[in-house]
Amino acid sequence: MIRILSILVGLFFTVALAWSFGNGAYQAITEPAAPTAEHEFHKHPKELELASNGAFGKFDKAQLQRGFQVYKEVCSACHSLRLVAFRDLKQLGYNDDEVKAIAAGFQVPGLDPATGEANTRPGLATDYFPKPFANDIAARAANNNAVPPDLSLMTKARHDGAAYVYSLLTGYQNQPAELLKKFPDSKTGPGLHYNPYFANLNLAMAPPLTAEGQVTFGDGTKSTVPQMAKDVSAFLVWTAEPKLEKRHQTGWPVLLFLLFATVLGNLAYRNVWRNEKH
Amino acid sequence: MSFPWAKTYNPQHPFTKWMDERLPVPRLVYNAVGSGYPVPRNLNYWWNFGFMALTCLALQIVTGIILAMHYAANAGVAFDSVEHIMRDVNWGWMLRYAHANGASAFFIVIYIHIFRGFYYGSYKAPREMVWLLGVVIFLLMMATAFMGYVLPWGQMSFWGAKVITGLFGAIPLVGEPIQQWLLGGFAPDNAALNRFFSLHYLLPFVIVGVVVLHIWALHIPGSSNPTGVEVKSESDTVPFYPFFIAKDGWTLGAFLFLYTALVFFAPNMLGHPDNYIPANPMSTPAHIVPEWYFWPFYAILRAFTFDFFIVPAKLMGVLAMFGAILVWFFLPWLDKSPVRSGNYRPLYRKFFWFGLIPAMAALFYLGGAAAAEPYVMLSQIAAFYYFAHFLIIVPIVSSIERPEPLPFSITEAVLGHDEKPASAPAA
Repeated sequence: MIRILSILVGLFFTVALAWSFGNGAYQAITEPAAPTAEHEFHKHPKELELASNGAFGKFDKAQLQRGFQVYKEVCSACHSLRLVAFRDLKQLGYNDDEVKAIAAGFQVPGLDPATGEANTRPGLATDYFPKPFANDIAARAANNNAVPPDLSLMTKARHDGAAYVYSLLTGYQNQPAELLKKFPDSKTGPGLHYNPYFANLNLAMAPPLTAEGQVTFGDGTKSTVPQMAKDVSAFLVWTAEPKLEKRHQTGWPVLLFLLFATVLGNLAYRNVWRNEKH
Repeated sequence: MSFPWAKTYNPQHPFTKWMDERLPVPRLVYNAVGSGYPVPRNLNYWWNFGFMALTCLALQIVTGIILAMHYAANAGVAFDSVEHIMRDVNWGWMLRYAHANGASAFFIVIYIHIFRGFYYGSYKAPREMVWLLGVVIFLLMMATAFMGYVLPWGQMSFWGAKVITGLFGAIPLVGEPIQQWLLGGFAPDNAALNRFFSLHYLLPFVIVGVVVLHIWALHIPGSSNPTGVEVKSESDTVPFYPFFIAKDGWTLGAFLFLYTALVFFAPNMLGHPDNYIPANPMSTPAHIVPEWYFWPFYAILRAFTFDFFIVPAKLMGVLAMFGAILVWFFLPWLDKSPVRSGNYRPLYRKFFWFGLIPAMAALFYLGGAAAAEPYVMLSQIAAFYYFAHFLIIVPIVSSIERPEPLPFSITEAVLGHDEKPASAPAA
């Protein structure tokens, strides 16, 4: 009895699936999905070699400092970095005085100690990076109706992480003539910028890194656009995962210990079973 | 119950004697996982995953309790409290990655454990209760994992919660009130986050309770084995300690090696990047997908794309998704073949390896793929086979199949000979 019921229930589900399949197949043949510009012109990120890549990856502190400089002088005009505190910058190799000086260079929200009125004051090492806009409405108003996202976790919040950020920063170009010929309705709208690495190809952010020498690196590195893009991508790997280096360093001893324990365990297992057939 | 030849606990030390007369916990341990539990000697490595699953459960509870000390279940600060764990709590990053990947490891182990049961007929009499309790554990695990994924309150947390609770909205008439009652509101918000946290903390301990019953029920008939032939004599078994402690021990090391490799070197590989974006009810992610361990069932949910007579497609998908797991409860009665092990079932074995395994693998892949062609049509084919397998093929195969000859006993299977008692019927 239960098997007859089971077969009936099975037929119910399988016939319903066949029905969906048949309808779907008919629809796929009669109304094939129209090709889209996003589907045909979106590009996968470029390869990006960073010191932090791979299981032995470490941060290149000089690069992180350059990347921080790019963030400070370019990105921070629109993008917040709300999960990073100035004190964290010590991990980039700055000493206490340098961190204090960097913090003091930012104005953070404060209260007037005499009146209790909201004001701004120079940042302290314990402060977090201030937001460039008071709120999302102000951010939208200043940025063609798009809120510039916070960058703290950017390299973990996008597929391909740092490679994506690097590709996006260096990927701005004119819309290909081929695209306009094939999809005349897909012309990049006013206030938008064509970038094949962005999911829908058109991005509200204007190209932020445009000219060589836009930032002057203290260590003498030539600040080409790809160099600045690479350095700031490396910096954003650090902001998203400041414990990356420690994670790699901890992982190896743990794996070696477990390998040792497993080999030892296997020898014990062979010893215990040596007289037992199984 | 145990076999008559099982060793008995015999305390020697005055303290253990004293203890045994008052609270015989050492005796319990001795009989459960010590020398007092005789186990078939021919268990292969597929039998090692229960022990690994137990380890995963312990690991999840320990890491979870510590994480809960630093996490704040409030929609306003939950996301940032997780980042606080990642950045400011000593070794917080390790605990969180161990916990998040621990869930994945737990599911990998449990899926292997379940499919071991499918192949070797572990669900058959007299082990139906072991199987039923196991399916209950699996359902509890899914509920716990789902609610745990909501806690970081990222984009996938929020939209996952919205989609999954939205499934209850497919129930005719009462669906919408039920959904609102479950969420404590019209959309996932603070009320939902708080109750999910509360239940995410509670359910693991319920799982512990059901695991105890699962192991208890297992110890009544004793473990099954790759031949599916029941234990007949002492020569068929070896004591759990030291034999299976040693065997489980070294494979546990190998398992932990792979798991820690994931934790330390690819901790975000199995996660979704969108969950590092704070929850935003105003912005829907391009692809809403649950965690990978739900993908087979998510693929089944999405495979129903057209209304079936009076049943709306969404309700059909929800019924199928829950039905896909509920059908496991009936398996002991759907498969009436007296032979347990797939090793001696030529037809069943073919459907297992060339039907169920490819269909399940396809569903795993398709549940994570975009809801577009050809993925939808492929998941319809795979889901078709899935339901046909359990509800139609297994009952029919178990009636028409001619099993291969079974060994007389485990001892014969292992040693090639056994002393058959004169009265034994020809196997």
